Amino acid sequence: MIERSPLLDALTHALMIVGLIVTAFPIYVVFIASTHDLPSVNQVPMSLIPGNHLVENYAKVWSKSDFGAKMLNSLIVAVGVTVGKVILAAISAFSIVFFRYRLRMVFFWMIFITLMLPLEVRIVPTYAVAADVAEPLRWLVWLFGIELALPPVNLLNSYTGLILPLIATATGTFLYRQFFLTIPDSLVEAAKMDGAGPVRFFIEHLLPLSRNNMAALATIMFVYAWNQYLWPLLITTEQSMATATMQLQKIVPGPLFGQPPIWNEAMAATLMVMVPPLLVVIFMQHYFVRGLIASDK
Amino acid sequence: MADIEIRGITKTYGPTRVLHGVDLSIANGEFLVILGPSGCGKSTLLRMIAGLETIDGGEIAIGGTIVNRLEPRERGCAMVFQNYALYPHMTVAENIGYALKVAGRPKAERLARIGEIAKIVGLEDYLDRKPSQLSGGQRQRVAMGRAMIREPKVFLFDEPLSNLDAKLRVQMRLEIRRLHQRLGATSIFVTHDQIEAMTLADRIVVMHGGRVEQVGAPRTLYATPATRFVASFLGSPAMNLMPAEILRPGLARIAGGVDIAFDPALFAAVPGQQVELGIRPEDVELVRPGTEGAHALAVQFVEEMGASRLVHGRLGEAEFAVVQPNGRGTEGGETLAIALPPSAIHLFDIGNGRRLGLEPQRLDAVRAA
Ligand SMILES: Nc1ncnc2c1ncn2[C@@H]1O[C@H](COP(=O)(O)OP(=O)(O)O)[C@@H](O)[C@H]1O
Ligand SMILES: [Mg+2]
Repeated sequence: MIERSPLLDALTHALMIVGLIVTAFPIYVVFIASTHDLPSVNQVPMSLIPGNHLVENYAKVWSKSDFGAKMLNSLIVAVGVTVGKVILAAISAFSIVFFRYRLRMVFFWMIFITLMLPLEVRIVPTYAVAADVAEPLRWLVWLFGIELALPPVNLLNSYTGLILPLIATATGTFLYRQFFLTIPDSLVEAAKMDGAGPVRFFIEHLLPLSRNNMAALATIMFVYAWNQYLWPLLITTEQSMATATMQLQKIVPGPLFGQPPIWNEAMAATLMVMVPPLLVVIFMQHYFVRGLIASDK
Repeated sequence: MADIEIRGITKTYGPTRVLHGVDLSIANGEFLVILGPSGCGKSTLLRMIAGLETIDGGEIAIGGTIVNRLEPRERGCAMVFQNYALYPHMTVAENIGYALKVAGRPKAERLARIGEIAKIVGLEDYLDRKPSQLSGGQRQRVAMGRAMIREPKVFLFDEPLSNLDAKLRVQMRLEIRRLHQRLGATSIFVTHDQIEAMTLADRIVVMHGGRVEQVGAPRTLYATPATRFVASFLGSPAMNLMPAEILRPGLARIAGGVDIAFDPALFAAVPGQQVELGIRPEDVELVRPGTEGAHALAVQFVEEMGASRLVHGRLGEAEFAVVQPNGRGTEGGETLAIALPPSAIHLFDIGNGRRLGLEPQRLDAVRAA
């Protein structure tokens, strides 16, 4: 199947270069735009040679839109989602794969169904719950005819509210499940014979063995959470809780409606917001690829 | 160390019953080998003793305690698995010492014990390696070390040598035997390899289709197989077996009109009875042509085995093999004169496959006298 000939080599390289240009060119344009001042960025066609306002643009938009605080918010949310997801996914997959209990398949399918219900689909009920976490409980209590007043618990404008709904999906569970299924029964049995209980087995065997999977999932979840836009927009009303991606949108039309978009600053901000997920991907790339391709024995 | 009592053990997977009431008594310090073809339920039985498989019916007692409801770790057994089942993310030292870590022993003690065990299994220089960096034989040793470190009452082996090449298998067999002599723990060893069974066992249990066919010392099973199955499964090359009809006490006729004499004192056979007649290829004697009572074997082909040769041919209409010591050469198409010593003949019921006549135990006594 794999042939090597000079012609084929040249062709594949040409294809790769075309692909690279198609992907990288828009990013290049963004970078160029972020180095010009407002008049030259609005020229048609825009120059494709870097201008000399790079430092000025970045410094200005950083302080003007308070990106320090916003990036910190984003970081807290992304790390929270990543950590929560990695833990939740590992534990739920552990339960589904290694334990035999009644209703196991019910739980399996309940988790599976959430795959078909991404946050965007269930955003209204999710918002309702976030606005008052006690509401479903109150409803249950009412169903059983108990008189009990539960105080409202509000998650709006909180990190918890930003993080929790993003954790509640099955993607990670399935990644782990597939990996756990490749672990030979005899390994579980050897651990049993050595006297290890389920918790020990989970911590001392499963977690170290799923290092690569964890890295892959963590990378995916970090980028996913960092790039969230709709949910933070809904659940935060206070400017102090805004995330970096939300802040981007406030730059584009200019501070007031009717003003021309400040493209150079918007592009500078865009590139800045891209950096943290990019760093995560670069650092995790090694494990990430191994974790997604296969389990290494 | 402990004795093991197995009483009426049954196991069913879905609609199929894989163990049909197994009874066994294993003495303290004994090396017992469970031998049988693939799928006969050997592993299932072993795993039920270990506690890895639930017990559907019957009882297992280790050292006088009924263990049916005990967790594996409470039974005091250690197990060596066929594919080793080493922990891939741990070093050799961590693998060997894991049971002690779980048991919460202090680190200094653990390290000392790991050192001792590594010396016994010859892995002192490999303690920092991962299992993936070891050869098959070394992995096998890690698995043994891991089982030994807890000083278990009972060792369970599930075909531990079947993934090794022939030479290493022989070597590890000796090491296992040596270890058993040194540790003296009750050991149960599962295998489908009759040579492994013969060389290792104090006693062999032959299983077939979820039932115990025969239990006894290797020598006993070889000399007086209780069933046709045991006769055909034990011994290499395999016993010659062919249908025959009893003509009178002491004489049977096989297909092709060849009459074979047997010892009438050993088998209570009635004239006209249909039987299965067997003789081991190594019990057949090669004689000078024309010797009284000799039979003619029409040679078909010869297998060279180094120290001897295995001659395949036909006796009457039956396929028949003979071991020929080296020196005299035979080729296909020739005829060999053979004699079948009456005392080497085995007779089995053609219906249920049981050995005719005397019970094997009584037979032992007869032979010994
Ligand atoms: N977990 C299982 N589920 C269903 N059938 C099984 C299971 N384990 C073993 N069996 C069946 O039980 C029989 C005995 O298996 P086993 O004890 O592994 O045989 P062996 O003598 O080769 O070790 C086989 O027919 C096998 O297919
Ligand atoms: Mg088996």
